[in-house]
Amino acid sequence: MKSTGKKKKRTVISDEPDNCTEEDVKEADILAIVRKHDGARGGLIAMLEGIQQKYGYLPENALRILSNATGRSLVDIYGVATFYRSFTLHPRGKHLVTACLGTACHVRAAPRIVEELEQQLGIKASETTPDRNFTLETVNCLGACALGPVVVIDGHYFSKVKTAGIKKLIEEARNGFPDEKMLEREFAFPVEASCPQCHHSLMDAGNIIEGYPSIRVDISAGEKSGWLRLVSLYGSRGFESEHELPVGESVAFFCPHCKARIAGTTLCTECEATMAGIRIGEGALLQICERRGCDGCRLELDAVKSQV
Amino acid sequence: MITLKINGLDVSVEKGTTILEAAEFIGFPIPTLCHMDGLTPYGACRLCVVEIGEGKKAKLVSSCTYPVEEGLKVRTSSKRVVRARRMVIELLLASCPQSKTIQDIASTYGVRTQRFKQEYDDCILCGRCVRMCEEQMMAKAIGFQNRGEKRSIGTPFDTKSDVCRLCGGCMYVCPVCELRCTYNQPEKAICGGCANLFAPCVEKDNFDDMMCYMNPCVACEIPKE
Repeated sequence: MKSTGKKKKRTVISDEPDNCTEEDVKEADILAIVRKHDGARGGLIAMLEGIQQKYGYLPENALRILSNATGRSLVDIYGVATFYRSFTLHPRGKHLVTACLGTACHVRAAPRIVEELEQQLGIKASETTPDRNFTLETVNCLGACALGPVVVIDGHYFSKVKTAGIKKLIEEARNGFPDEKMLEREFAFPVEASCPQCHHSLMDAGNIIEGYPSIRVDISAGEKSGWLRLVSLYGSRGFESEHELPVGESVAFFCPHCKARIAGTTLCTECEATMAGIRIGEGALLQICERRGCDGCRLELDAVKSQV
Repeated sequence: MITLKINGLDVSVEKGTTILEAAEFIGFPIPTLCHMDGLTPYGACRLCVVEIGEGKKAKLVSSCTYPVEEGLKVRTSSKRVVRARRMVIELLLASCPQSKTIQDIASTYGVRTQRFKQEYDDCILCGRCVRMCEEQMMAKAIGFQNRGEKRSIGTPFDTKSDVCRLCGGCMYVCPVCELRCTYNQPEKAICGGCANLFAPCVEKDNFDDMMCYMNPCVACEIPKE
């Protein structure tokens, strides 16, 4: 059963790089990215980031189009693209394995970890496996020296890695990290939400999302109004809604019990939209951005402190 | 006008002049490598270091990038300066021992050996060619790429540049001649100038006793049809 699942996944993966060949670089796409940043001189890195996000790497054609569109010489753009480690001129594999070789990791045998990774994957550092599944990279410090040696696979950090455990890590990455992994992470803990006005619980035990009771609020956006259920895991962005909410649309949150507007005290630091304030536990205020797609949130514990 | 003291002599120069220019004006030689008239100062090679200030506040600065200040006291060949320069020369020799320019400077300063791991690079990353290409030839065909120990000079994607006019200016200004002719690799060609040379061996059928002193000869490496 497991092996078939693996096989299925692999075929999906091997198809993917074919979707992003040089020919697929469309001038209009690049121009859209340039327009988004006004083609400004200071926007070069942002534009390169945009291109890399779109294609997974920086295709040669894309850089040439960018050079024509912004009027900056190709030499400058190429210089910047090769200067920063986060940019890559070659397609990366499906999974990015980053091993830290900083001083603290180095003295804890990080070079041996890299050797083991190279051996397991059959590639050298900064190469990609022929089946385009894995790219192995080394970095000089991840700023988590106390946890060394650190290996990062697809954004998952693994601390105090041992050579013996590497085979398992790669196998895990190949199968995709299960979502439960996310729940185990420290910040993803369930919260008890209530209305800051009437202190009535907003928890909806009848509707379970992602394994936990959801938080139910009423929303209104323009003409529409209806219910919204948020995942009660702190750090999770999942939700269900009566209406289709387009990305970027801002909605107002209301308490389903006292019908009061659940407004936050500040504006979102990310996008300056209004924030909704939800009472968490014994009086902490969790503010979340009311704009769909924005991750802005702010947890205020002052309320708890004053009670204590 | 700004008045400063160079090696104890008063010099009056215009505002905005660099220490290097002021020293040359009064006749004190300062060795340079990355500096070139007509190109913007870069301060990469550190060969032109001079000592400014007095006592504990004295410090070494690169004279090619340091603008003159009123009452500045400059020493162009104090013990400290010479020691720093000899160190720079040793490091340059360690990376590019075959450069005639660097050898000449080394012999001027009496540097006969160097203590570091000998490498045989052909570039000291002084950026002369990059500035020449950008500022004098208005082409911007070559530039720096990568960083740290992988930093190098070349055309984007290491292929023939669209904006390069094969002027050869980059080779002309190079103190170590990094951008050598690469005619036998036309894909990466930067100059191609040797294609215009008349090599005797190309028509060696016309010569009974043809002798070639070049080894290996560029013409010999051009692929024959």
